[in-house]
Amino acid sequence: MVEIMPFLGIALVATVLLTILRMERPELAVLFGTAVGILLFIMVLQRLGVVLQQFQGLTARAGVEPFYLGTVFKVIAVAYLTGFGAQICRDAGEGALAMKVELAGKVAILILAVPVMTAILQLLLKVI
Amino acid sequence: MDINIIFKIAGIGILISVLNMVLKQAGKEEQAQMLTLVGVVVVLMMVIQLIQRLFMDVRSVFGL
Repeated sequence: MVEIMPFLGIALVATVLLTILRMERPELAVLFGTAVGILLFIMVLQRLGVVLQQFQGLTARAGVEPFYLGTVFKVIAVAYLTGFGAQICRDAGEGALAMKVELAGKVAILILAVPVMTAILQLLLKVI
Repeated sequence: MDINIIFKIAGIGILISVLNMVLKQAGKEEQAQMLTLVGVVVVLMMVIQLIQRLFMDVRSVFGL
């Protein structure tokens, strides 16, 4: 319960303030929504850091190469950030821009995934 | 966590909308326009600092 309460509180207070702002100043409402989103995101990141450290410890014990886990972390980070940015664009009513941000995120993830793919292919060639 | 920044931004927004109404009633349309612009710029500065912190946090947590 203690984990989720701060998020709920901030989100509810922000929602009330946002409804007032959206009527009066729509341009400030977008910035306000962005600020609240970033604040919540930073709070989530602090919790997420603990989990990721646990995962790092597990992979180190399993003897997996750290390069692969680093790639997975990078992909997760890119996915979170692009989703976040696209949502802000969509909130402001710019659906087309949000699509472009998502496309850029997909390409970035593809670029990150290429080294892993080549590693798998090389392994296959070695087996054959 | 500094939740204060949320209240700061919301306060600026409400203050500016009230001042805007006053200026419009007084017939000073240009000043009202300028006030809106200044408010957006000030809040944008705060949000940009927040975004920078977010990127730094993401970088440190995910080890990029």
